[in-house]
Amino acid sequence: MSEDFNDNKTIQAQSSEAISGGGSGVGADADYVRPAEVADQDLYHGHSFITKWIFCQDAKVIGVQYFLLATFTGIIGLILSWLMRLQLGFPGLAPFMTAEHYYQFVTMHGMIMVVYFLTALFLGGFGNYLIPLMVGARDMVFPYLNMVSFWSFFVAVAVLLASFFVPGGPTGSGWTLYPPQAILEGTPGSGYGIMLMCISLILFVAGFTMGGLNYLITVLQARTRGMTLMRMPLTVWGIFTATVLAMLAFPALLVGALMMSLDNVLGTSFFMPTILKAGEVLEYGGGSPILFQHLFWFFGHPEVYIVALPAFGIISDLISVHARKNIFGYRMMVWAIVGIGALSFFVWAHHMYVSGMNPWFGFFFATTTLIIAVPTAMKVYNWILTLWRGNIRLNTVMLWCLGFIVTFVNGGITGIFLGNVSVDVPLSDTYFVIAHFHMVMGIAPLMVIMGAVYHWFPLVAGRFLDEKLGKWHFWLTFLGAYSIYFPMHYLGFIGVPRRYFEMYDSPYVTSAVGMNEFISLAAFIVGAAQFILIYNIIKTLKVGKPAGHNPWQACSLEWLTPTVPPEHGNWGDRLPTVHRWAYDYSVPGAKEDFITQTTPPSEVANTEVEKT
Amino acid sequence: MSDPKIEGFELKPGFSGMAKDTASDQTMFKGVHWGKAMMWIFLLSDTFIFSCFLISYMKGRGSTLIDWPNASEVFGLHVFGVNVPLLLIAIMTFVLITSSGTMALAVKYGYEKNKKMCGWLILATAIGGLIFVGMQAFEWSKLIHEGVRPWENPFGAPQFGSFFFMITGFHGTHVSIGVIFLFIYAYKTFAGHYDEGKRGWFTTMKGDYVEVEILGLYWHFVDLVWVFIFAFFYLW
Repeated sequence: MSEDFNDNKTIQAQSSEAISGGGSGVGADADYVRPAEVADQDLYHGHSFITKWIFCQDAKVIGVQYFLLATFTGIIGLILSWLMRLQLGFPGLAPFMTAEHYYQFVTMHGMIMVVYFLTALFLGGFGNYLIPLMVGARDMVFPYLNMVSFWSFFVAVAVLLASFFVPGGPTGSGWTLYPPQAILEGTPGSGYGIMLMCISLILFVAGFTMGGLNYLITVLQARTRGMTLMRMPLTVWGIFTATVLAMLAFPALLVGALMMSLDNVLGTSFFMPTILKAGEVLEYGGGSPILFQHLFWFFGHPEVYIVALPAFGIISDLISVHARKNIFGYRMMVWAIVGIGALSFFVWAHHMYVSGMNPWFGFFFATTTLIIAVPTAMKVYNWILTLWRGNIRLNTVMLWCLGFIVTFVNGGITGIFLGNVSVDVPLSDTYFVIAHFHMVMGIAPLMVIMGAVYHWFPLVAGRFLDEKLGKWHFWLTFLGAYSIYFPMHYLGFIGVPRRYFEMYDSPYVTSAVGMNEFISLAAFIVGAAQFILIYNIIKTLKVGKPAGHNPWQACSLEWLTPTVPPEHGNWGDRLPTVHRWAYDYSVPGAKEDFITQTTPPSEVANTEVEKT
Repeated sequence: MSDPKIEGFELKPGFSGMAKDTASDQTMFKGVHWGKAMMWIFLLSDTFIFSCFLISYMKGRGSTLIDWPNASEVFGLHVFGVNVPLLLIAIMTFVLITSSGTMALAVKYGYEKNKKMCGWLILATAIGGLIFVGMQAFEWSKLIHEGVRPWENPFGAPQFGSFFFMITGFHGTHVSIGVIFLFIYAYKTFAGHYDEGKRGWFTTMKGDYVEVEILGLYWHFVDLVWVFIFAFFYLW
């Protein structure tokens, strides 16, 4: 084993040299950065194929692994949504679509997209890849734990997908898994399906906890010299705060899943009230279904922000880079992220207005819900103001950013409708709700993911993705997504209920049928358009234009590695030293329109940089 | 370890010191080992798990229609012809809290590089934990023998069995995991892995006595959780 570590000697020798550094000559005072507090990180360098690419301890490889597995799971979720739209738009066209299958697909689509796709992709994928690079660390602080985290996620996905092949199929109780129906006979997958779902969620939470501890400690304790918290790119702030939320919200899901498993397997009655079935009293009795709803939504609402906050952070960086302007109100943005994160723990019961809880609860939760709109609106204004008079590059990345702002504002405004109890009650369980949350936490974060892929692909692979294909991808997705979700608001207003397998001869039929067909066609096209990206990636890997160093002229550290793509250990011989925030774009008096974070003040003496 | 020297940085006490640490570069918690910071945050997350369990228990107990069993009868022991309420549980709690004491001493001797004392004290802690788990197994088997099941019990509300077995079981799992690690650490201490900085079997990171303190944090946490479970199940 000892030969695995011989690279470290040189690295550590150089780091002690860095400690004695600290500046002499011109502008020494201004360029001074405190010496290193901790010795350089001790890294395990894999040599075999297995330790380098499969059970790898390099956060970048783990990030890509998370990304690929989450994308694979997401494609399954996408196919499920196609099948659902097939049924809703053209009932009876696919003979295999029974009501049971429809409910199973609804459930699996929801759970996959929220937990196994978006959460895993933002935190596991982007978090792993970007956090160490952006804070100037060599790797995550616990590389081994990080590797175990990915493989727990892998097993969780395997267990989840295994539920398609067990007797009874996957659970069909909706992604919220509400008891009592989730484990009562008559709900599809009430035996094995729900069991595997609970096990899979528990594994996911365990794996995520390992990853989450890594992200938090890397940000808190492993930043490079000169990197203060208030100099970190907003991407790191978003992922960091989302991880804090996850560490505090996932416990509720874990407990809920565990108690539901016991109700299912051992016949306890944590969530099961006395139930009459066909005139007979079931063995269950005395439990509280509302308790599960509270546990679930105590996880479920922060979960929305676990997805949204990394998206907020990433979009801020993308807009700033491609508008060549510093992010407007950086500190306000940071506090807004933190504030939204804190508030997200006090709003959960706005998902339960129709569950029969005390109306005063509704009053309280409506108030807190509407307060969240304040920091969120601040963020939107700041994005707009960053674009204002910017030197905008209207490339694919910027298109996705603009698409995000539009869809997010749209979904946010419908959220204000639904946050009010009296408006929510009639709209509850209609397509209006579907339209709202797909817009705000489906399409909007997806736009960010796409923008982030086009932005960071040159770093990961060293080549630009094709712009022309990218623009096709964007416009098909953007216009298509609007064609899907905009009419759904109307469907909700006329009262079409969600989670219905078929509307049969209900009075809504006349206006809803044509619209449902249109929505389904749009959904097929948007889904298919996503494969443009996969084609684009494969094509780029073969014949893409080489990107070289720092192709977007960005300031943040991840572009300043000695090699592109960065190698294990990220920084070669010596860690970077940070002198400024990540947003010095178009600084008056500077030669170029960007000043990297590692540029010492003496090199840009006559410029009007922000003091950070 | 307890007095880290940080070049170019002044550690100030109180709120202003905290603000200064937070605003500084590199680390938020000055001189704190990565693993130690990780354990604190993990324990915060674990606190939420146990809180969810206990809040669910309160909700379940508060809303049941059938009376909750009387704790001093259910958990009582019949010894030498007298019924002593909470006897077993008192011994269990005493043993666990004592083991926390030996753990704290092990940490102290660890930082003094006193390999022998450190190892014996870790071993003593492990044995304390083992006795606790053993007594819990005895209590479980006694209750099961009397007809208490997760889905029913002869003393009252069926949720009593459900919550009791689930929550003490979850806590017992924590203790058992701790005991396993204590035995491993005791071995590693005696074998001198922390003195010579031998690399870990899986993580390949260099051994250090700070690991004893990290395990100690976990052990004290498990102990603290037990105090809450004790209060909620046996004294309520």
